[in-house]
Amino acid sequence: MFQEKSLTIRMPLVGGGDQKVYRWLALLAAFRAWLFLAILLVVFELWAECVYHRTFLFTAFNIQSIAVFTVTPLLLGLGQTFVVISGGIDLSVGFTMGLSAVVMAHIVNATSASVGPVGSLVLGVLAGIAVAFIPGIINGLLISKLRIPPFIGTLGMYGVARGAAYLLARGTTVPIANGPLNFIGNGVIGPLPIVVLIAFVIVAMMHYLLSCSRFGQHTYAIGGNVQAALRAGIDVPRNTLVLYVLSAITAACAGILYTARFTAGAPQAGEPILLDSIAAVVIGGASLFGGSGTIVGTVIGSLIIAVIQYGLVFVNVEPFWQFIAVGVVIIISVLVDQLQKRARK
Amino acid sequence: MNDSNKDPLLDLEHISKRFGGLQALKDVSLTLYPGEVLALAGDNGAGKSTLIKTISGVHKPDTGTIKYCGQVLHLETPHQARNAGIETIYQDLAIADNLDVGGNVFLGRETVKRVFGLPFVDRRRMRQEAVETLKDLDIHIQQPESPLRSLSGGQRQSVAIGRAIHWKARVLIMDEPTAALGVPEQRKVMEIIEKLKKNGVGVIFISHNLIDIFQVSDRILVLRRGEKVGERLISQTNHDEVVRLMVGG
Repeated sequence: MFQEKSLTIRMPLVGGGDQKVYRWLALLAAFRAWLFLAILLVVFELWAECVYHRTFLFTAFNIQSIAVFTVTPLLLGLGQTFVVISGGIDLSVGFTMGLSAVVMAHIVNATSASVGPVGSLVLGVLAGIAVAFIPGIINGLLISKLRIPPFIGTLGMYGVARGAAYLLARGTTVPIANGPLNFIGNGVIGPLPIVVLIAFVIVAMMHYLLSCSRFGQHTYAIGGNVQAALRAGIDVPRNTLVLYVLSAITAACAGILYTARFTAGAPQAGEPILLDSIAAVVIGGASLFGGSGTIVGTVIGSLIIAVIQYGLVFVNVEPFWQFIAVGVVIIISVLVDQLQKRARK
Repeated sequence: MNDSNKDPLLDLEHISKRFGGLQALKDVSLTLYPGEVLALAGDNGAGKSTLIKTISGVHKPDTGTIKYCGQVLHLETPHQARNAGIETIYQDLAIADNLDVGGNVFLGRETVKRVFGLPFVDRRRMRQEAVETLKDLDIHIQQPESPLRSLSGGQRQSVAIGRAIHWKARVLIMDEPTAALGVPEQRKVMEIIEKLKKNGVGVIFISHNLIDIFQVSDRILVLRRGEKVGERLISQTNHDEVVRLMVGG
C-alpha cells in the first residue's frame, strides 16, 4: 500500500509515449465543448443542404433563433456554474425562475394603472429579483449553516418554490399587457435580439466574477479542497450562502426575460430547463465533484443544447429525439473527461 | 544550536490539558530557538498531537503559558496562531490542487490589481512571487501556471511550506511530513528543512521515523502518556535511548 502510493506520486514525472497520448486526451477534454459545437453545426448544415437544399447556419434568422433559444438555459446555468464549481448543486433554479416570473407579472399588472408601463416594468423586475432572494438565502443557510447536502436542500426548495409559484399564479399563467416589456422580450437592436444583449451583459458580469474576482477564486478553492480553503481563512459558510443567492438571482433573470418574451408569467417556465441548464454546465467542462468549470464553457454548453433543439426541428426530426441527443452528448462529454483523468493517473 | 545568547522563539511553560477523564498533557515545557529543529517523539497517544494543537491554537491549555518571541500569547483560534507566524503543515491538507502555485500560496490573501477601478485577481504577480519564494527554498516548479494536481506529493508539500514561508512564518510545525512520500521525495523534504534552519525558522518536527529525526533535528523531546520523559541533544543521544524513553523502562 505504502509502496504503491509512493510510485503513483512519481508517475507523472515520467515522460515518453504515454505522455503524448495524455497530452492529446487533455487537449481533447479541454476543448470538447467547442468540438461538439463545431460537429453539430457541420452535421446540421450538411443535413439541411443535402436533404432540403437550404442552409442551416448561414441565415440571420436561424442564428438569432438559436441565440434566443440559448438564453434561458444559459441564465439558469450561470449561477449553477458557480454552485457546481464549489462542489454543490442547485435543483431549485427552475422553479425559482417560475416564482420570479409570476411575482413579476403580478407586480406589473398591479402597478401599471398607478405608475404607468415603464414604472410598473421597473417595479416588476425589482420584485422578480427580490423574491428570488428568499429561496436563495434559505438554500444557502440550509447548506452552509445547517450542513444539509446541497442535493437534498435544493430538492426541498424545488418543491417549495414550485408550490409557491403555482399558488401565486392560481395554477395558471399570468398574462401581462405592457408595451416596453414586449419590446424587451421580442425587439431587436440592429441584428441583435434585446434578450440576447441582456444575457450577454449578464454573462460578462458573471465571467468577471468567476475568473477575475477573489470571490471566484475562493469558489474554485472551496470546490478543490474545502479544508484548505478553511485553513486559508476563507469564510466558507458566507461564500456558500452568496453562491446560492447568486444562483437564485440568475434564475430570476431567466424568469424575467422569459416573461418578457411571452408577455406572461408562467410558474412552470423553468421546469423543463433545469436539467438542460445542468447539462450545459457539465458539457461546458465543469465537474460535478467541484473544482472546475468556466462561464465560457457554460455558454458553449448552452449553445450546444440550443443547436440540438433548434437544429432537429429545422431538419424535421421528431422533437423527442432532442432528449436522446442531449443525453448522448452529456454522456460522451463526461466520458472524455474521465478518460483524461484516468490517463493522468 | 541553542546557545543561551539567542532568545527563544517559542517558550511553553508548564502546559497541562485535560479532556474529561484523560490527562492529555501534564506539565509539559518546551523551548524552541530560531534556526533550530526540535523533534517531538512518542508513541501513539503520547500527547504529540495535543501539544502541537495547543501551539497552533486549536486547543486552549488548561494551565501554563505560551510565550512567542518573549510575549505571552493567548490563542483562541488557529487563525491567530497563523497570523502571529506559527504555521502547521499537514500532509496534503493545505493545498487546493485545482489552483496553480500562485493561487495556493496566496489562497485567502490574493493580490488584486485595479483595471478601470475594478479589482482583478493578479494571477501573474502571485505566480511570480510564489515561484520566487519557492526558489529561495531550492524548490523549482516546472510549469507554474498548471494546477497543482500534476505535481507529486512532495512538491505539493513544498508548496505548502513555501506558502508558510512567504507569509513570514517563524515557527513551522510539521506533522509527519515524510509519511506517504517516496524515498527521493523524503530526501527533498529533509533538504528543505535544512534550508529553513539556515533561514532562522524554528521547526517542530513530528515523525515516527527515527532515522529522519536523527538526520535533521538538533534536539529531541520525548513524550509518554502526556508527560515529558526526556529531552536530549541529538548529538548526545542514540536510537536506543530514544526508544527506551518512548516505551518506558
